[in-house]
Formats: sequence, C-alpha cells, structure tokens
Amino acid sequence: MGLLSSSVSVSRYKVNGKFESSAVESVFTGLRKNCIMEIDQQTDEKSAGWTSWQTPFQPDFRGSSFMIGTYFLFALRIDKKTLAAKTIRKHCSLEIEKRKRENGRGFLSSNEKKLLKEQIVQNLCRQIPATPNIYDLIWDYEKERLWLFSTLKSANEELEALFLKSFNLSLVRLFPYTQAVLASELSHSEQDRLLQLSPVSFREGSHA
Amino acid sequence: MLDLAVAYNRYKFLGYEFLTWLWHRIDTQNHETDSPDDGVFQMGNRIVLENRSREGLETITIKGDDAGFEEAFIALRKGAGVSEANLTYSQANLKWRFTLKAESLAISNLSFPETELVETKEDLEGAALNRIYLCEQIIAKIETLFQVFVKERLSDAWETKTRPQISRWMDR
Repeated sequence: MGLLSSSVSVSRYKVNGKFESSAVESVFTGLRKNCIMEIDQQTDEKSAGWTSWQTPFQPDFRGSSFMIGTYFLFALRIDKKTLAAKTIRKHCSLEIEKRKRENGRGFLSSNEKKLLKEQIVQNLCRQIPATPNIYDLIWDYEKERLWLFSTLKSANEELEALFLKSFNLSLVRLFPYTQAVLASELSHSEQDRLLQLSPVSFREGSHA
Repeated sequence: MLDLAVAYNRYKFLGYEFLTWLWHRIDTQNHETDSPDDGVFQMGNRIVLENRSREGLETITIKGDDAGFEEAFIALRKGAGVSEANLTYSQANLKWRFTLKAESLAISNLSFPETELVETKEDLEGAALNRIYLCEQIIAKIETLFQVFVKERLSDAWETKTRPQISRWMDR
C-alpha cells in the first residue's frame, strides 16, 4: 500500500537505537544489501527485500533517492508465487501415473511421491510469475519512529525481520502497552501503577 | 519492559477502554470553547463492540452514515467494550477519516484532506512531503489523546471522577 494512495493503513513502530557511523551511509548500505531479488523464471516461491518508493520494479537507491526532507522513504516489497493446491494435485497425479508405468512396479513409495511433489512445485514455480506487493515506509531517524503503510500481519513480520537484518536495529511495534511505556512519558509511579493495572467495567463499582 | 507478546495480550484491554473513553469524550465535549486550530474528533460511520462472557464472544457492529448508537449503548451497558471505531478529525477546512483498532491501535482506512493532483516528478516529491505532514498531524493527535487517556487512567481521578462519569453517560 502506497503513501500516496487515497486511503492507507498505518502500523507504527519505535526504532531502537542509532547508527555509530553516518545514518545515510548505513541506510544506503542496508538497503543495497537486502534489495529485492527477482524470482521470475526461478524455483523460489517467495522473495522479500527493499525497493525504491518511486520505482518499485526497478530498485535504485543511488543519489539519496531514499531520502525526502528529513525522512527516509523507501518500500518493503514481497514477491510471492501462489500455487493452487488443486493444480499441484493434478500435476502430481499425472506424474505419478506416468512413473508407475515407466518403472513397471505399479506403485511409488511415499518418499518417491514426496520428492516428486517437490520437483513439481519447483517446476510450476519456474513457470509462473511472482505477484509483487509493495508497502511504503517512512522512517524518522531523529525521532526514532517508523510507519509502515500496512497493517497486514505478514508485512509487519517481514518488516521486523528484514529491518533487523539490514540495519542491525530492532523495531518495537506501538500497541497499547508499548505506546503507554515508550511514548506517553510516564513517571516512575505511573509505570508502577501500569504494571498493576487490570481491566475495569464502566458499570459503577465493578471490575471486569 | 515486559515480553512484547505477553504485553500485547495482557494490556489490550487498555485499547478497548481508550476507545470507550474517547467516544464518551467526543459525545460530551463542549466544542464551543475550542479555537479553530484545536480540531475536533467525531464518531464516524462504523463502530464495533465486543462482549466477552462465559458463553463466548459477542460482536456488535453498527454502521451507516445515519446510524444511531442506541444498540451500542445497550451493548455498553451489558459490559461490552469498543473494539473498533471509525472516526473523523476536522481542523479548519481539513478533514481526516480513519478507523482505530483497540487491541493494536493500528490505523486503517485513513483518508486525508484533498490535495492537488500529481503530474510531474517534482509534484510527486511535494505530494509525498505533504502526505507525510498530514500523517504526522493525525498520528500526533491520536498519540496525544492516548497519552491523556493513559495519564488519566493511572491517576486517582479515574476511580473518583472519570469512571463514574462514563458510567452515567452509558445510562443516559
């Protein structure tokens, strides 16, 4: 989902830590090392990596194209090939019958069937193009916060893993507890109270 | 800090309480004293409530531009919490619309005040900066509101003032 879409969804993160050397150089290096790899005509089922927000199908991070104002702006791209289970079943069934005829035994062992299925999935993967999904993100380095323009669990999980791998900085998603602890400027006594807190019912005199 | 997976589940009630508190605040706030720069939150066209009991989970969804919230109040009185709310925020002639989810505080279906069409590459960068600015505005407002809620929730005034006020509002 793109920053400029008419309607967006946003997951908010706190970025833990800073780079020891130049932030721009470190981000550039991390982006280049983990740039999206094309998997069309290959056997891979999935690929995830960084791409440019303006040219997501031709990633290019040269010339600070990943910076806008005081922010880093780039995108997470997840390419995936989806094979229907029924398609796999059809190809397996046809190939099993063919092998049975060829080997003259009239059956295949479960191990042979498993290997055959893996080969078929790989062959089919080579034939179908991957579907790209692009999720823009904004990183405010100075304020240590990041917004991913998606609330999909798969995109969030991929982001958290790839971000750590690329920049050696971890992300903490902001949900009620983390928002309270990390972004609400609580005093020590308020933090202690938070630890003891339990749900209340808004009906007078009762706890949930 | 607690383990995040544990904390997510342990404290998701805070999100439910926040949305209920916010609805009460919107419904009872006197906007006449606000300056035009303050901006105004209003309930949008969809609200989802959840009631967890021994019998299981009951979900009540009310949607529609002219929908009344009578059923939602009945659900609140039965002990339900607001799990999702569509909201609008208006400031001067700008208007944002979005849905806030209680358990994650994730923002979805966020639509922005209208901006100019993008025609050139320079326009694109300007549009991106403008969009970032508009995101900043609304996210800062939501985070400030949550901070006000948390401070109030952790204060003595919660039991003596806020909770009784919300309880009376539910019985209106």
